Amino acid sequence: MTLKRYVATRLITMFGVLMITLLITIALVGSNMDSILKQGVVFQVRSEITENPAIAESFSSVDEFELFIQTQIEQRIKTLGLDEPWYSPQRIGLTMYKILFLDFGHATFLTSDSGSSDVKEIILEKLPRTILLFTTATIIISVIGIFLGALAGSKAGSILDRITSSFAIISSSFPVWWIGMLMIFVFSFVYHIFPARATPLIPSSDPSYIGSLLYHMTLPLITIVIIGFGSWAYLVRNFIVGIMQEDFIIAKKTMGINQKKIIYTHALKNAAPPIVTILALSLSGSLGGAIITEAVFDWPGMGRLYFEAITVMDLPVIIGATYILTVFFLISIFVADLLYGYFDPRVRTG
Amino acid sequence: MSSITSQEIKVEFLKSKIGIAGIAILSVLIFTSIIVVVVIPVDTFKEWNNPGNWISYPKVAIPVWINLFLSEKIPEHKILNTPNVNYDVSGDTSITSHQFGVNFDYGDFPNDFIYEFSAKYSGTPLLQMDVIRPDGIQLKLLSTSLPYSDSNSIHSERIFSTDNAIRKNLYLQSNKFLFSINNLSVEDIVFSKTENHEPLKGNYIFLIKMYGSDSENQISESKLIIGGKAFGIMGTDELRRDLAAGLLWGTPLALFIGLVVAIASVIMGLLYGVYAGYRGKKTDETMMRFNDVIYALPALPFLIILSVTISNSIFVMIGFLMIFGWVGIAKVARSMALQIKTRGYVEAANMMGQKDSKIVLRHILPQLLPYAFASIAISVPAAITTEAGLSFLGLGDPSFPTWGQILHDANVYGAAARGLWWWIMPPGVMIAITGLAFVFIGNALDAIVNPKLKR
Repeated sequence: MTLKRYVATRLITMFGVLMITLLITIALVGSNMDSILKQGVVFQVRSEITENPAIAESFSSVDEFELFIQTQIEQRIKTLGLDEPWYSPQRIGLTMYKILFLDFGHATFLTSDSGSSDVKEIILEKLPRTILLFTTATIIISVIGIFLGALAGSKAGSILDRITSSFAIISSSFPVWWIGMLMIFVFSFVYHIFPARATPLIPSSDPSYIGSLLYHMTLPLITIVIIGFGSWAYLVRNFIVGIMQEDFIIAKKTMGINQKKIIYTHALKNAAPPIVTILALSLSGSLGGAIITEAVFDWPGMGRLYFEAITVMDLPVIIGATYILTVFFLISIFVADLLYGYFDPRVRTG
Repeated sequence: MSSITSQEIKVEFLKSKIGIAGIAILSVLIFTSIIVVVVIPVDTFKEWNNPGNWISYPKVAIPVWINLFLSEKIPEHKILNTPNVNYDVSGDTSITSHQFGVNFDYGDFPNDFIYEFSAKYSGTPLLQMDVIRPDGIQLKLLSTSLPYSDSNSIHSERIFSTDNAIRKNLYLQSNKFLFSINNLSVEDIVFSKTENHEPLKGNYIFLIKMYGSDSENQISESKLIIGGKAFGIMGTDELRRDLAAGLLWGTPLALFIGLVVAIASVIMGLLYGVYAGYRGKKTDETMMRFNDVIYALPALPFLIILSVTISNSIFVMIGFLMIFGWVGIAKVARSMALQIKTRGYVEAANMMGQKDSKIVLRHILPQLLPYAFASIAISVPAAITTEAGLSFLGLGDPSFPTWGQILHDANVYGAAARGLWWWIMPPGVMIAITGLAFVFIGNALDAIVNPKLKR
């Protein structure tokens, strides 16, 4: 199989996954969505009539008036296509088509900071903040992790190695959000250094907003890094330990090449493919974890949006956010796959 | 890896300190769970969210043991329900008296006190409540007549220290105090020194008397609660629930969730992967494509939607967690099966015409068992933390007090920002300890299965 064909099959699989995800999401929330939309139509018709008393006066009997309202409602339901059940092929097709091109419709309850209820605008407003927080965190984590891991791996069995390994094991069994609560307790309650809620109080149009956002970002950032870098270091350490036992490294050692040089050029270079792959995967993994982390810190990103949408059952937002999260997840899996296939040709033929 | 026998694994495992530590922690947890399951009846689960069950407990009380480290002790919450009962008949009046002794040696005033009783009487008996303080002063708190009843019906009542009648009675006795007791609350007066407004330490006696004309009168239940700021080994939360009970109940739940999810997903993954790897060709291709699809689904958003739309029952949740748990294991199991099936004895069995199912079960699966055990141990913490995370978001099963559920409540009531550490620390530590036990065991097994990592 050539690289081109490999990429093509991966792409098709990914697209298929995206469609399946969408289908499942719609299937899960579809019936709720319909009843909410229908209620919305009824409410709309009623409020239009109460706003315009002339309509009500033009009817002689109550029955006739009710009939008029009923036909109005039915007409609108028909124009919106709600007369057919949500699982009818046309409606699912239409919904999926719309979502595919990022047309998520309007949110039922939630709005963006600027007051828009367009789901696309809400998501576009929150997404950069999530990317800002989690990409920064992942970069810091990977840098610390790679250096610490390389150091520990080159001195397998040393005190540093043991500390790194045990820290990695211990930190991986603590939930990030719990550490987050502790951090809030320590840094906002005991020492008043950082605010407990990560949402800046000033409006986003203010020029000092970005500075304030970064200040509010510190606590969640520290938390994610503390919990994350241990397992990274452990991973890199394991790769390095494996590579340091390879013949070509031992040969270089006997040739008298400087230990540091061996680690940072030769060993790390050989460990690069899996490390890069895992980097891509952990970026997407952190997006999933963002839901809980952002809920703890009240960070105004995608995760909290998702959580808020779930609590008030704002279905268009749920569908939109799931779609965007899935797209990001798939892109990073795809990138990881490609990198892996590029670095390790055996995968392509596998 | 496959050449390791189970005997060798046992020997190797017993050599590994970290593995022994894991087993030790796990045994403690299992032991706790067994005690909890045996001692605490299952019905009490349902009481966790019933506020009526916790009404005599204090709000957000700090654990009692904190007093060991303090010179000025925080008043403990006391629930006294074994009074000294005296019964006296003089002429045609009967006197039932209940006495509660309270040893009060704390550096702060209690929050309040509540007298709770059920009485059986006829007519309108008089209820009188007094307190005898360590300095010998007797304060009249209340004297009230109980509502009229002609039959021997049972009357239950709670008398709160915030009762206006008690306050008025105390103001009438304000000459006993050298400072102004106006605007002070009842418990601040009763437990105060007479010369200045500081808590008076020593033995207090609360005296409750019921005077009636009928000799049948009696107080059947009698309980005095001195509302303190410290309670129990683990304290209480905003809803007055005893956190020690919640934490204990959480142990068997967490182990149950973790183990069921891990074992079921490993079995599913193994069977799926081995079958795909063994059959190869088209079967393998389609099965692995399906595997890819599940693998690429974002787990947490899906778990959230599933729990919101379908059900948040703990058993359904376990099923959902399994859906996402088996995928990775299936991938590894498949690649292992690909290797093993090329071995001579598998091919021989194949040529002898053994059934596929028999070859898979007899010859391939046993080779994967060490890997299976390691993956079970490693999957448990993930299952526990995911469930805790979902509960933390408020999507868990509210009828079970899991650790995530407790942390969810803590977050809702802003425990972190209010400094209620005893509400946040223990559940998280329990999650982490449980996770660690399995990670230790998993790591020890992993080191045996993959000897390359050992160094």
